[in-house]
Amino acid sequence: MTWFHKNTPPLAPTQEDEKRVRTEGLWTKCEACRNIIWKKDLEENLNVCPRCGAHFRIAARQRLQWLLDPGEWRELDADLASNDPLEFTDTKPYRERLRAAQAATGMKDALLSVVGTLGGQPVVCCTMEYGFIGGSMGCVVGEKITRAAEYALKNRVPLIVISASGGARMMEGAVSLMQMGKVAAQLALLDDAGIPYISVLTDPTTGGVTASYAMLGDLNLAEPGALIGFAGPRVIEQTIRQKLPDGFQRSEFLLEHGMLDAIVPRKQMREYLIRALAFCQPQPAAPA
Amino acid sequence: MDLNMSLPSHSQGADAWQRVLLARHAQRPYFLDYIRDICTDFCELHGDRRFADDEALVGGMAVFRGRQVMVIGQQRGRDLKERMRRNFGQAKPEGYRKALRLMRLAEKFQRPIFSFIDTQGAYPGIDAEERGQAEALAVNLREMARLRVPVLAVIIGEGGSGGALAIGVANRVLMLENSIYSVITPEGCASIMWRDPEKKQAAAEALRLTAPELLRLGLIDEVIPEPEGGAHLHPEQMAATLAEALERNLELFTAFSKMELYQHRVKRYRNAGNFFAH
Ligand SMILES: [Zn+2]
Repeated sequence: MTWFHKNTPPLAPTQEDEKRVRTEGLWTKCEACRNIIWKKDLEENLNVCPRCGAHFRIAARQRLQWLLDPGEWRELDADLASNDPLEFTDTKPYRERLRAAQAATGMKDALLSVVGTLGGQPVVCCTMEYGFIGGSMGCVVGEKITRAAEYALKNRVPLIVISASGGARMMEGAVSLMQMGKVAAQLALLDDAGIPYISVLTDPTTGGVTASYAMLGDLNLAEPGALIGFAGPRVIEQTIRQKLPDGFQRSEFLLEHGMLDAIVPRKQMREYLIRALAFCQPQPAAPA
Repeated sequence: MDLNMSLPSHSQGADAWQRVLLARHAQRPYFLDYIRDICTDFCELHGDRRFADDEALVGGMAVFRGRQVMVIGQQRGRDLKERMRRNFGQAKPEGYRKALRLMRLAEKFQRPIFSFIDTQGAYPGIDAEERGQAEALAVNLREMARLRVPVLAVIIGEGGSGGALAIGVANRVLMLENSIYSVITPEGCASIMWRDPEKKQAAAEALRLTAPELLRLGLIDEVIPEPEGGAHLHPEQMAATLAEALERNLELFTAFSKMELYQHRVKRYRNAGNFFAH
C-alpha cells in the first residue's frame, strides 16, 4: 500500500474498493459529511473529521493521552468492579454484559480516573468510556468520581470530569440513581473548599449524568456537535408526538440556551483547560 | 431504636408489578391530601422568580404538630382537567427551581423540610430541555445536600428517577409500603432491555423498585406500612401512620447542629449503594 501517503489525498474509492479497504480497516466514513477518510489521517487529527470537523467518539484512554501532559499518570481505583447488586437479568444476565464490556475495553467499568498534570498543574481527571455499556453510570462510576473528588479535596488539586454517557445504568436500578446524589453531595464539599471542578461534555451526555455532575462544573465545556440533554430525543418524540427541530440538544443549542460556558474543539481543549485552570486555582485551606 | 421496621406479613406476597399498580392507583392519596390531613395552616408559595409557576410541583409553609415546616411535593391531579394543569405530576425546570427556592427559604428561617415524592419523572419535553431540565435537577441535588435544616423525604406513590431524587436528597428517606422508586419506569426498561414494552412485569421485578427491596439494599431508611389493601382504601389511617413516622424521624435530628445536618446528609449518600469489589 505504498501508494497511500498521508500527504497525497487518497482517491475516492469505488464501491468495490470501499468494501475492500473497509474490511482491511484502513478507511472510515464520516457520517456527517459522507466523505471517506483514511483512518490514519483521522487519528492524527484527534479523531476529528479533517473535511468537516465532526468530532468522532474516542476511547477514554486515548483521550487522556491527547489531553494530559506526556509522562507519568497514576490510575486510581482501576480494579473497582460492580458486584451486580440487583442480580439483574433481562434477555441476558448483567454479569455477562459486564464481562463482555470488560473484555472489549480492558477496563473494569465505564470510567478511567487518573492523577496527572496538565500544563504542569497537577489535576485529577475522570474520563468516561462510552464503549463500556454506553458509558452508563452505576455504583463503580459513582464511587470512582467520589474518590477522585475526595482526592482533589485532600490534595487541593482541580477535578476534571469528561462525560460520555447514556445516563444511569439501568441494570443497577436505584443503586445507580443514588450515585447522582452521592457525587453531587461530594461536589458540594469541593465547592465549599474552593477546589475547581471543570465538567467537559462530549457526545453523548444524557440522562442522570447530565442531571448531576456533568452540569455542575464551575465551568461546563462541551465539544462541538455533542448530543447533550436530560431526556433522550426518542423519549421526547414519543412524549410530545412531534419531530424534534434540527440541532436540538446539540452543544450549540445548549450554548445558545445558556447551559454551557463554551464549546471547545477537541484540538483546542488542552490549551483551553490550561488557560481556565490559571484562573480557577485551588484556594488555600481555611484555617481550622 | 430500630427504625427499619419489618413489613406486615400480608404484603409479603405482593409482587413488584402489583405494587406498581398500587403506587399509580387513581384513588391513591396525593401530596395535597396528606397535607390537608396532617398539617394545618398550609399556605402555598408560588413561582421560581425566573420564569413561571409550575403546578406539577407544589410547595408552601405549613404547621405540623405545632411546628412550622416547609412542605414540597409533586401533585398529579385527580381529574383529567387537573391532571393537564399539573402536567401529570411531571415538573419542568421552573418547578425544581421553585422547590429549591422554597427549601432555601426554609433554611433561612431554620424550618425543617418535608418532601413528598410522587412523579413518573421530570418532564421530557422541548421546553424543559431548552430551559435546562438537567441543570435544574443537578443543582437541586447539590444544593439539597448542603441544606442546614433537617430534610425528610417520603415517597408516597411513584419515585421516578432524577425527577424524584431532585427533591429527595434528604437526611431520612421513607417509603410507603406500596410506593416504588426506580431509575426508569418498568415500561421504559422493558422497551430498552427487552425491546418489548409488554415485558413491564419482568422489568418491574428485575429493577427491585419496591420499598422492601430498597430497604434491603440500604437505599432507603424506613418502610411505612399501608392499610390492608393499600393507602387508597383507608386514607385517614394512612395519613395518621405517615404523620407518626415523620414526627419520629424528625425527632432524630433535634440535637444536630446546622453543620452536622449537612454532614449527615453527605455521609448518608456517600455510603449508599456501594456494591463493588476490588
Ligand atoms: Zn466529515
